[in-house]
Amino acid sequence: MRDYNDIPGTYVFDISMSQKGYGLNKFCETLNREEGRNQFLNNQDEYLTKFNMTEEQIEAIKERDINRMLELGGNIYYVFKIAAVLGHSMQAVGAMMSDEGLTEKEFQQMMINGGRSIEGNRSKKENKDG
Amino acid sequence: MAKIIGGIGTSHIPTVGKVIDNDEMHGEYWEPFVKGIQPARDWMKKNKPDICIVVYNDHGSNFSLKDVIPFGIGMGEKFLPADEGYGRREVPTCEGYPALSAHIAESLIFDEFDIVLSNELDVDHGLTVPLSILYDQPEAWPCKVIPIYVGVVQYPQPRGNRCYNLGKAIRRAVDSFPEDLNIAILGTGGLSHQLQGQRAGLINQDYDKKWLDGLVNTPLITKDITHTELLREAGSEGIEAIMWLVMRGAMDEEVKETYRFMHTPVSNTNYSLIILENKKEK
Repeated sequence: MRDYNDIPGTYVFDISMSQKGYGLNKFCETLNREEGRNQFLNNQDEYLTKFNMTEEQIEAIKERDINRMLELGGNIYYVFKIAAVLGHSMQAVGAMMSDEGLTEKEFQQMMINGGRSIEGNRSKKENKDG
Repeated sequence: MAKIIGGIGTSHIPTVGKVIDNDEMHGEYWEPFVKGIQPARDWMKKNKPDICIVVYNDHGSNFSLKDVIPFGIGMGEKFLPADEGYGRREVPTCEGYPALSAHIAESLIFDEFDIVLSNELDVDHGLTVPLSILYDQPEAWPCKVIPIYVGVVQYPQPRGNRCYNLGKAIRRAVDSFPEDLNIAILGTGGLSHQLQGQRAGLINQDYDKKWLDGLVNTPLITKDITHTELLREAGSEGIEAIMWLVMRGAMDEEVKETYRFMHTPVSNTNYSLIILENKKEK
């Protein structure tokens, strides 16, 4: 196991993830252009078949399941473009990914309170061993 | 001769750009931030750099994952704000300084940094937000811009030591450029933040403060911090801090910390700003 896989709640976008997620991220990159955005918004089912993505990746996009996209090789900077096209802020996305099922407002309040604490969020091993 | 007159580190949060563009930077949330960045705006007004070398990362805006690039430099006469998925920012187009870009590129390659030369480059929030932080909303940016981009999107990112040495090589290039130009170098991104996964929202102010102290006073130690430590302590996107090491490398080993400001939260980030100057006038 790589040492960074011990960090809880974090998908490190390494080279093998990048290979796995290539099609997914390539799709996201097309959202940088009006044409790609229109295709995604108006013709999603057909458009998503054009990028050599797996069924699972297409499903995760359709379900707007961001953590699942990250698990399947999505990179947050790319995946965020999907959310932005749909009108979500980064904090709304943060809330969607949280285990606690935070609302956007609750996520914002967590940030105002100083953000998610590093204590208890440093290491899976530490958390397990106490 | 050209000379580096200062190094500035700043986070490059997209929300800051949006809020400045929409004239919404007021109220309780933004007040401390507006106050905190003012000394940097004053510094720019007083020192008037002719050129800012901006070390930033592209966020899948101009670049895709088709080619993953560790280091690159913008060569052109102008750099348009990139469309990142929601239209181009309505900020001035950056004007380049092709003669200096060419000189830095050549000098870096002879220095064994085989950097990618981008003759066409749209610049995203990583570069334009720091300009908004430092200059607010001018009709045109008061400085020319040389973009230096670092591949931060994919692990392993360039090592901290490599970033620091790139800064040193940029410094040698600037010092050997024959025109009389005052140059500021900006390291952007960070500090602690995590945008992704169940741990999104992570902030580690204690770590950031310690890391910044190290950057200023003991860069030869800070540059060797491992990626895993940064990912763990400063969050998955906190690794952008390596771009501050490029800036630091371009400064003398001993520097004066002219100003520092840190504030949580700005969006999902522990916003951090620092101004460094060389102690000795050369």
